[in-house]
Amino acid sequence: MSSYNLALIGCLLFFSCGQTSKKTLPILGEREAVTKEVNGKTITDTVYQTIPAFSFINQDSVIITEKDFDNGIYVTDFFFTSCPSICPVMSKNLLKVLAKFKDNNQVKILSHSIDTKYDTPWVLKRYADKLGVTGDQWQFVHGSEKDIYGIADKYMVYAKENADAPGGFEHQGWLILVDGKKRIRGAYDGTDNDQVAQLMEDMDILLGENE
Amino acid sequence: MSNYFVYVPFFFLLILIFANACQGENEIKKAQFFTNGKSLYTVNCENCHGVKGEGLGNLYPPLSDTASIQSNRTRLSCMIKYGIHEELIIDNRKFDTEMPANLSLTEQEIAYILTYVGNSFGNELGLVSTEEVSSTLKRCGQDQ
Repeated sequence: MSSYNLALIGCLLFFSCGQTSKKTLPILGEREAVTKEVNGKTITDTVYQTIPAFSFINQDSVIITEKDFDNGIYVTDFFFTSCPSICPVMSKNLLKVLAKFKDNNQVKILSHSIDTKYDTPWVLKRYADKLGVTGDQWQFVHGSEKDIYGIADKYMVYAKENADAPGGFEHQGWLILVDGKKRIRGAYDGTDNDQVAQLMEDMDILLGENE
Repeated sequence: MSNYFVYVPFFFLLILIFANACQGENEIKKAQFFTNGKSLYTVNCENCHGVKGEGLGNLYPPLSDTASIQSNRTRLSCMIKYGIHEELIIDNRKFDTEMPANLSLTEQEIAYILTYVGNSFGNELGLVSTEEVSSTLKRCGQDQ
């Protein structure tokens, strides 16, 4: 009896210890140490790579800027509506993310179209409608070629026009997780179910961090 | 008289054996087409139409509407080869997303894919032979 109880207590201790060490997500991208003087003391601070200001037009023809993502976390990707290769799978997986965090105003999704000529807001609206996406939690945005490909670099996602690729564009299927300070906290293969599950777990961790 | 009783059952037995052999051959061919079709489906169709042929929202139609697969049997080859550029009603829903052409697929490969799709997701088309695909493709765009 007593040995049984001991074992039980041991198990409980083990599990409770496991839960107290909270998992945190890494901060990705470049960083630099900045040394400055505050009140006569030299302090070295780490400055992390952040997403710069941007301005795009969404599926409702409304201007969307980085400020729309200020209060919370977001997941972002690069796609195009006539994409025959990986985008449908990424969209399908983002629907899962949306379903899990439905109506959580701390969570947003931002999909950039890399087909800047064809994917006008109207085309993006039709795409969103057909996917069954309503409301403004998932933003599909249109921008100039320079702006879209420029911001892709900042998210560390490769995207380029290429006539030889299926659909005319070559791009990576990353889903990028960005925190409230616009820092990149994770990159997940949007075509891999396990990695998308990991993304959703990590989003919970990141939301906990903000509390 | 006794010869008659021996030969007639023997004759029927012989027919039965031949019929079975033919059917067996057909079944083997179907299984072979199905297996090849499955891997071609994964590469060429699955991204949009899904692992279970479920489609995606109102963007890409499911392949599990058995009545529509059945009634379009003579058009499916053309749809795969040259894409779809018109509105379709599938599963009581309208679909107007353009389906891209797959010009690089051969008649043989289309037969593999159709045998796979035609015998998955609830469909029961049986073997779709290369000859069937070949003769259908000759009549694409005409009334079929």
